[in-house]
Amino acid sequence: MQDIPELVDHLFRREAGKMVSYLTRLFGLSRLSLAEDVVQDALCQALQSWSLHGLPDNPSAWLMRVARNRAIDLIRRDSQLGELAPELTGLLQIREKTLESQPDFEKVIQDDQLRLMFSCCHPDLSSEVQVTLILKTLCGFSVAEIANALLANVDSIEKRLGRARKLFRESGSLAEVTDAAAFSERLEAVYQAIYLLFNEGYHGSQSETTIREDLCYEALRLALLLCEHPQGARPRTFALVALFCFNAARLPGRVDAEGFLIQLESQDRSTWDQQLVGQGFAFLEKSAAGNELSEFHLEAVIACLHSSAETYANTDWNRILELYDLLYQFKPTPIVALNRAIAAGYSRGPDEGLRELESVPDLSKLKDYPFYPAAQGEFHRQAGRFAEARLCFQMALDLARNPAEAQFLQRKLATCESEC
Amino acid sequence: MSKFLYLFWNNEGLSKSTSPERMQELTKAWMSWMAELKQNDHVVQPGERLDGSGMMVRGKSKTVTDGPYAEAKDTIGGYLVIQATDLAQAVELAKGCPVLSGDGLVEVRPIIS
Repeated sequence: MQDIPELVDHLFRREAGKMVSYLTRLFGLSRLSLAEDVVQDALCQALQSWSLHGLPDNPSAWLMRVARNRAIDLIRRDSQLGELAPELTGLLQIREKTLESQPDFEKVIQDDQLRLMFSCCHPDLSSEVQVTLILKTLCGFSVAEIANALLANVDSIEKRLGRARKLFRESGSLAEVTDAAAFSERLEAVYQAIYLLFNEGYHGSQSETTIREDLCYEALRLALLLCEHPQGARPRTFALVALFCFNAARLPGRVDAEGFLIQLESQDRSTWDQQLVGQGFAFLEKSAAGNELSEFHLEAVIACLHSSAETYANTDWNRILELYDLLYQFKPTPIVALNRAIAAGYSRGPDEGLRELESVPDLSKLKDYPFYPAAQGEFHRQAGRFAEARLCFQMALDLARNPAEAQFLQRKLATCESEC
Repeated sequence: MSKFLYLFWNNEGLSKSTSPERMQELTKAWMSWMAELKQNDHVVQPGERLDGSGMMVRGKSKTVTDGPYAEAKDTIGGYLVIQATDLAQAVELAKGCPVLSGDGLVEVRPIIS
């Protein structure tokens, strides 16, 4: 069989994000939908042309050229764009001439993507809307894919996007992020959005896992992009990248053939992505420059200890417990306290774990969280109290939020029963 | 060898909501189907894809109407001229066409030589 020129995985998605970023800078944030329409047209055209005639030499440049020409057509035809037309068309044509010859075009596009990422994290938008918008514009996800990945329905995703577009339309250029001061102001929100994006992919589970894993890889890609920004290239960002690398490394071992969650303890560690672990170490080292210590640093080291431990039992639980103590000072949330208690149990024995679980502050906030009673059940089981363990797992099972969790807890319950 | 015309009747119809990932998947499927046809020397003329828009000029009155048909899925999305030993082989080859995966249709017509 002769060589078929291969399409790079996710090329359309990636290029869509780049083109939307580029066109949004030219058109302005208030015409975000226009940029998205132009990009959709360019991708359709690629499908039509490439399917019969094969791949062009440089697919990315081809797409960008088609999108730009389409944009020029629209500007010429659309009377609403009339006032801007001469300026924009000029701009587009300058770009056209220099596009291929411009060696730093990749850099230009990178800056455009960063700019759009910061624009998406507008303070008037909730973090949920920010993440949705990032997925739609920068990551090239369709509404249906976002709904699927975020376990939301299509209508609510449309509503979120509508809210963002309305804000951008109404606030015009005021919403644009252009100067260094605005970048600094938004950096924290950008961190939170990327962090949320990763966690959406990593936690919560369902049989359809691929799309959720894509969220993790997108979050990693955006965090790496942030490292390319003068104000983004700092220890806290490097720590975030390290955290994503260590956690993403474990993705391949996290689900079984049927798509169900396997807990860390039972994962086949040989399936973990060692290249990502290596990358994690490199970024962890970079994050140690200077004297900044953030919650990302602590979480990265915890993830590092998990990803580099040979077995679950050999994991350095004492160190993890210390790190959770510190992390709790940065992030005094019930979930961090719960994880701290679990680490205490592994480090000092199941009864100590149970005591720590009972003294978790704000316990009422965890009353619907199935993994709290599940942790209690696990420690009772380890202590040989199977009847108590069974009660706890049953309680956890009653709180299960989706079929995957239910199935996971069902298995836990079954192991207890067989040991009775 | 005889020549045949493939007419691709539009399948799922691309829209604003078709995801880039799905478009890439379709592109990939088309490219590999075409490459296979080419490799076995079936492609006479690589054909073209047709835009969904257009006009119809009809009858003695030369009435002009918009678009080929009201429904996008009932339009011809492209064509291709191939060669095959007989109609049966041409039909067999058409079964690999990605238009079918979107529940579309390939019309196979012998070209009169």
